[in-house]
Amino acid sequence: MALPEVKQTATDARLAALTLPTGGCLEDARRAALSRVQTLGLPGRRDEYWKYTRPDTLTQVEAPKAAIFDTDEAPMFDEFDRLKVVFVDGVFAPEESDDLSLEGVTIERISDICDKDIHWAKDLYGVLEARGQSPVARPLAALNTAFAQDGLAIHVTGKPSKPINMIYRHSDEGSDAILHHVIRVDAGAEATILENGPAASRFNKCMEIDIADTGKLHLVRAQGRDHERRAATHLFARLGTESEFKSFTLTVNGVLTRNEAVIELTGDDAIAHIAGACAGDGDFHHDDTVFVTHDAVNCESRQVFKKVLRNGATGVFQGKILVKEGAQKTDGYQISQSLLLDDDSQFLAKPELEIYADDVACSHGSTSGAIDEDALFYLRSRGVPEGDATDLLTLAFLAEAVEEIEDEEIAAAIVTRLEGWLARRR
Amino acid sequence: MAALDQTQVKEGVDQETVDAVAEVSTYKYGWETDIEMEYAPKGVNPDIVRLISEKNEEPEWMTEWRLAAFERWQQMEEPNWAMVSYPKIDFQDQYYYARPKSMEVKPKSLDEVDPKLLATYEKLGIPLKEQMILAGVEGAENAPVEGRKVAVDAVFDSVSVGTTFQKELQEAGVIFCSISEAIREHPELVKKYLGSVVPVSDNFYATLNSAVFSDGSFVYVPPGVRCPMELSTYFRINAENTGQFERTLIIADKGSYVSYLEGCTAPQRDVAQLHAAVVEIIIEEDAEVKYSTVQNWYPGDEEGKGGIYNFVTKRADCRGDRAKVMWTQVETGSAVTWKYPSCILRGEESQGEFYSIAIANNMQQADTGTKMVHLGKNTKSRIVSKGISAGKAQNTYRGLVSMHPKAKNSRNYTQCDSLLIGDKCGAHTVPYIEVKNNSSRVEHEATTSKVDDDQLFYCRQRGMDEEEAVALVVNGFCKDVLQALPMEFAMEAQQLVAISLEGSVG
Repeated sequence: MALPEVKQTATDARLAALTLPTGGCLEDARRAALSRVQTLGLPGRRDEYWKYTRPDTLTQVEAPKAAIFDTDEAPMFDEFDRLKVVFVDGVFAPEESDDLSLEGVTIERISDICDKDIHWAKDLYGVLEARGQSPVARPLAALNTAFAQDGLAIHVTGKPSKPINMIYRHSDEGSDAILHHVIRVDAGAEATILENGPAASRFNKCMEIDIADTGKLHLVRAQGRDHERRAATHLFARLGTESEFKSFTLTVNGVLTRNEAVIELTGDDAIAHIAGACAGDGDFHHDDTVFVTHDAVNCESRQVFKKVLRNGATGVFQGKILVKEGAQKTDGYQISQSLLLDDDSQFLAKPELEIYADDVACSHGSTSGAIDEDALFYLRSRGVPEGDATDLLTLAFLAEAVEEIEDEEIAAAIVTRLEGWLARRR
Repeated sequence: MAALDQTQVKEGVDQETVDAVAEVSTYKYGWETDIEMEYAPKGVNPDIVRLISEKNEEPEWMTEWRLAAFERWQQMEEPNWAMVSYPKIDFQDQYYYARPKSMEVKPKSLDEVDPKLLATYEKLGIPLKEQMILAGVEGAENAPVEGRKVAVDAVFDSVSVGTTFQKELQEAGVIFCSISEAIREHPELVKKYLGSVVPVSDNFYATLNSAVFSDGSFVYVPPGVRCPMELSTYFRINAENTGQFERTLIIADKGSYVSYLEGCTAPQRDVAQLHAAVVEIIIEEDAEVKYSTVQNWYPGDEEGKGGIYNFVTKRADCRGDRAKVMWTQVETGSAVTWKYPSCILRGEESQGEFYSIAIANNMQQADTGTKMVHLGKNTKSRIVSKGISAGKAQNTYRGLVSMHPKAKNSRNYTQCDSLLIGDKCGAHTVPYIEVKNNSSRVEHEATTSKVDDDQLFYCRQRGMDEEEAVALVVNGFCKDVLQALPMEFAMEAQQLVAISLEGSVG
């Protein structure tokens, strides 16, 4: 079917400005992804899946300029013992990174995987992304697969002693980064991955995660502080039997963020938790779009998203639980809540369920409102100043999402960040 | 029914519920009336539009209104976002106007109506006589005579065959007649309100309806009047290959009250038939309208052959302050349902309520829900939706709650529960929530376990175990919806009361 004219024009223009990396072992995967983009067309304002977020600046040819945010605050996760992998404007920076060798994990650049005749990553690159194009199209992810400039292939084979920390530095005000990671977790293996930093003026990131039976992966990311940055990220995860995937995202600044998570539970008894806390101030638009598919028996999924919004910030949540025929004993939970600190901010949500199995428990809730006046009064009557009381209640509101982080120290670091954010905005 | 008997039902779903769903899914109105009909030529074009207008003896402005709608419709595309699938409809392969020959000369009173038609309604349990119509309903004999009268407007295919109690209503100042009569007799009201809630080009089916609607009901309740009886319209599709396009316009002027009921059935046929209605309700200051529907169109057979495609646009506009509207619907019929009775809460402190039970069995597909658009300050809305799927049916709740920036201090509470009977059916929830101010509270829940903690605590305190307490509270909730149905639907409600949402999936 031909694309609408506006969409065709926008897609053609964007594709004309990009060059497909050729010659490597991923060329076929890239070409297939390019053809997906051509068929689907880039997202447009009239697309139902983009009803609440305008995709124009994510799809236009030039990345809009974004000033680099100067702060004396220590970068996130600095206090942790971790393996640092640094990217500057979307390109791996070996001189700033640690030595990539660590027991229990193999970390390579995707450009290096072709050196080997057989490499697991060749069979994963673009595969989960392609699966994730149905029933809803995610053309920006296909664009990523086709044109990714860099990325890592992370193979978790054991239990590495420390987390792997991808740090995305932003140095050029007009940078347009496309980054694609593939991650495989073997049976019985377990790792934690941390991500932080604004990455670029415009950041298109895709992560494909394949977790084998009984494997575990924890992902915690803090999206960078640069106010004018834009990001469209995709997370595709496939979970085997008794495996576990937990993800938490903190987003505090950024003029536009769209985080899509596409989770497929394909093995019985698997667990997937996707959580996010976001605090937005002013010209801030944050969109969490989550699609969880239950395609096995007795799996558990949780989606917990909390958004604090002020001064005209916009929070979007589009979540879906799809329970396929036969996925009995599914336990699906989804909550999206917003705390609107003033009258100009808005929360737009679409919490969906699609269920084809009868012996399941799926619940979803969505609420939106202001700070509880009674709670505020209670605190104030006990001598807590209004500012402190508001912060306290705001943190309490975000807590349910932050509690999804398994590691208590990391959770504490996230809370400290949120406290700092609130304190700076008194 | 056979299909249900074989269904493996998961633990926790009680047998009474399964039986009740099977019972309501057995179609009792599938017979047809053998009556001589007069058809307009097949298909739709400006000539057909003019012909319908002419048959209804409409003034020029109405014909023009229809033609403009038709022109608009030709440029529109059929919507495809609903979770329903059906073969492409050939809009030129059906009749848009069919009326019994005996209706050629409009009967002056009910006594002159063709006995065959009267017998049809008698058989449907809606005798077109000025009497209590509660015959056959348990407990009706105890109902007070006063206030239990129901005026009926009966629509047979494309025409209204008669309206009861018109005189008594007139004395109260209430206008209740067919819309074709209203266009002739009360053009000033029709001109002012028609299309003011559902604009001509609102959506594909509403636009088609605007062009070709043949009849329907019209209600005007003057300021301060409490309508002395309940009003109802009974729609019957009888002719084959004929679409029914009715239009209902209800105006509740300042401080008035009216309760309106709607029922519908159709014969059992192998070929699907189209029904595309538009209902517009205008509610002025301090007025209140209760609109209740038991939708029981022919749902098609177990293989999904035949049935009615029910594409309906219903919308209430609470224009004045403190206006109130309540939609209650029980949806058991139709092969495909596409229906979202909505409330525009424009007036300050206006209120909208939506109670729905949708039961889909065999190959039925229902995509239904509501829109609550909060525009005025301190507006309130409540949505309670229960979807039950059995056989291979698909049941979708689709809704919108929108709090506009100016709708300060508004409230919405939404609860939608789904129950699946068997593992071949589906239950879906697609709510849209848009909150654009912070003094409003919006709550959406879709789970039975989230019953009110206080109520649970109360029950437990009195010695019930948790499960019992939850069951009691949830069942009480479901019955609440049924109790919102007027007495006239007591028969249907009696069947549905057996339905519980224990074992619901969320």
